[in-house]
Amino acid sequence: MKLRLIGVNHRTAPVEVRERFAIPEGRLPEALQCLCKHPGVSEGLIISTCNRVEFLAHAENGHEADLRGFIREYFQVEPDKVDKYLYEYRDDDAVRHVFRVASSLDSMIVGEPQILGQVKEAYTAARAVGAVNSHLDALVTRAFAVAKRVRNETQIGTSAVSVASVAVELAKKIFGNLAGKTVYLVGAGKMSELAARHLLAHGAEQILVSNRTFQKASDMAEAFGGQAVPFEQLYDNVDKADIVISSTGAPHFIFRREHAEAFLQRRKNRPMFFIDIAVPRDIDPQVNELDGIFVYDIDDLQQVASQHLTDRKREADRAEAIVSDEVHRFQERLKALSVVPTIVSLQEHMENIRQAEIERARGRLGQLSPDQEQAVEAITRGIINKVLHTPITTLKTAAKDPEATTLIEVIRRIFNLRGSKEEN
Amino acid sequence: MPLLWLRVATAFYGFGLLHAFIALTRRSESLSRIIMPVMGFGFVFHFVSLTEGFIQAGSIFPASVHHSESILGFLLMVFVFGAFLRSRNNAFGIFVFPVVFLLTFSAAIGQQPPQFTSPVLRNGWIAIHVALIFTGYAGLFFSFGASLLYLVQQRSLKTKQTSSGLLSRLPALEMIDQIGYRALLLGFPFMTFGLVAGAVIAQATFGPTYFHDPKIVLSVLMWVVYVVLLYMRWSAGWRGRRAAYVSAFAFTTALVVWLANNFSVVHKFVER
Repeated sequence: MKLRLIGVNHRTAPVEVRERFAIPEGRLPEALQCLCKHPGVSEGLIISTCNRVEFLAHAENGHEADLRGFIREYFQVEPDKVDKYLYEYRDDDAVRHVFRVASSLDSMIVGEPQILGQVKEAYTAARAVGAVNSHLDALVTRAFAVAKRVRNETQIGTSAVSVASVAVELAKKIFGNLAGKTVYLVGAGKMSELAARHLLAHGAEQILVSNRTFQKASDMAEAFGGQAVPFEQLYDNVDKADIVISSTGAPHFIFRREHAEAFLQRRKNRPMFFIDIAVPRDIDPQVNELDGIFVYDIDDLQQVASQHLTDRKREADRAEAIVSDEVHRFQERLKALSVVPTIVSLQEHMENIRQAEIERARGRLGQLSPDQEQAVEAITRGIINKVLHTPITTLKTAAKDPEATTLIEVIRRIFNLRGSKEEN
Repeated sequence: MPLLWLRVATAFYGFGLLHAFIALTRRSESLSRIIMPVMGFGFVFHFVSLTEGFIQAGSIFPASVHHSESILGFLLMVFVFGAFLRSRNNAFGIFVFPVVFLLTFSAAIGQQPPQFTSPVLRNGWIAIHVALIFTGYAGLFFSFGASLLYLVQQRSLKTKQTSSGLLSRLPALEMIDQIGYRALLLGFPFMTFGLVAGAVIAQATFGPTYFHDPKIVLSVLMWVVYVVLLYMRWSAGWRGRRAAYVSAFAFTTALVVWLANNFSVVHKFVER
């Protein structure tokens, strides 16, 4: 298998360069056809997302696919300008890379789920124009299976990353379902807006906003379809909210223990979740000691987020191990696969010769008795088996050898098998 | 045969004990994935054991202490499965499975001959009385287990340590609270009618003196604690620590009531 992969991603190239290479969906078929017409390329696949553009090619035996050349031609770029951004993989490394990409190990946010869908789309597009045949088909479908395995066997996809999504995750641990929950924004900052947006996206129903400047509060309330509450009425209304996001610029605590106790009483002890993203803090940490009230400040949220990151690191290591294992398996399977059809066509080829020779000799042999018929059959078969014995065993043992393709090549040429069963 | 099935059920329930142990000490989740089906098998065998026992005895009244333990364990399992169906989370088993295991294990070690031979027990009302009270007990205990679970989850949220393993997958706090409260609510009418039924039977059999019996006094006390628990939950929304304390108290009373058979005249079903 002669695989080549070349590309740019978020690590090797800035966004200006990635933009230059990005291929919009509409132009993908044409780009794929170009790729397949490039000398040496027998199959091709293009993955183009906002974080990466990659070209994967399978070269026919004995050919080299010059993908750098393809990129220069296709994008009309000077080699020295882009070469430093490009990475290139061959054979096993290319297989590993494709597996890693599909499993979201190469993503900006490791474990994010979109990439698999994007690879699937790329595969569908390539199939549609016939750019993908047996070799890449086997590789890419295997990559899907690897991605599935990684997802099932590790927890790479389960942890949240950003502070806002940590807030949502914690709220879910407290309330389960966020449907029907009320969120109170105290202070109208960018961060709290982001957190509120996340909470709304996960089902929170109502938004209340209070700000020192009422106008700002009503602007934000309008943006969320919520309700602005004058800051003076803050303490009378906070208990209506299940989740309070506080981000005022106040130099002192806005919510102290006695406030929280009053809220709890009015709420009949239903739990409340306070998210304090103000620095200096708005909520007295003592509030967290009350039964049923949970206070998380910005450091707490970040700590949870970073714990997720270490979890992720550990899970990513496990995922890498799975990928390595799969790369190994894939190679084993490929080698075995390419030997088997050769053996089959070798046997078929010999059998055809044998049949043809018997037919030719039949006229001279005259009428044969069943015994004689059997003897002829046995002799010819025996000769073939004896002749084929060594080549077949050699092929079988060579299956595990990286040089197997060369041997297969030689045998096909010697016995003139080219074309008979090659694309299998 | 009922004993054999019970032993099989107990063997399955043993995994429940293991599950609880692993959940509280380790990070492994391999058992957690299959625990509900495993306990389900145990539950089926348990059901078979009880049904066969009933058919053989011709009465659903528990014939011995062991038998009643087995019934109580069974009812607890019903609650666990109810909670599982509601929350899709097996965490409720952490506190309940060990108890179920102990109950069935104790019931499965030996065949007790029918101990409760008193003719009073032929009365069908007694069977109803027992069934109601046992369901009440199961509800009470289950809600106690749920409040322990609530405390664990509350603690992990307050200390801000992300726990790994099963404890990171506890149901949401409100879900635990809701299920615990429902179990309590569900158990209450059973408990109440069970006690009323008992009182009526005792009145008819023993006359007014029955009220001085220690078991009866304790039962009434337990019922009062139950009412207080429900009332505080309903009116003041008690949950978390306070709810756990009160339900622990209610549960302890229930346990004492259960043991009080030994001092009771009314509940002495063993004829000498």
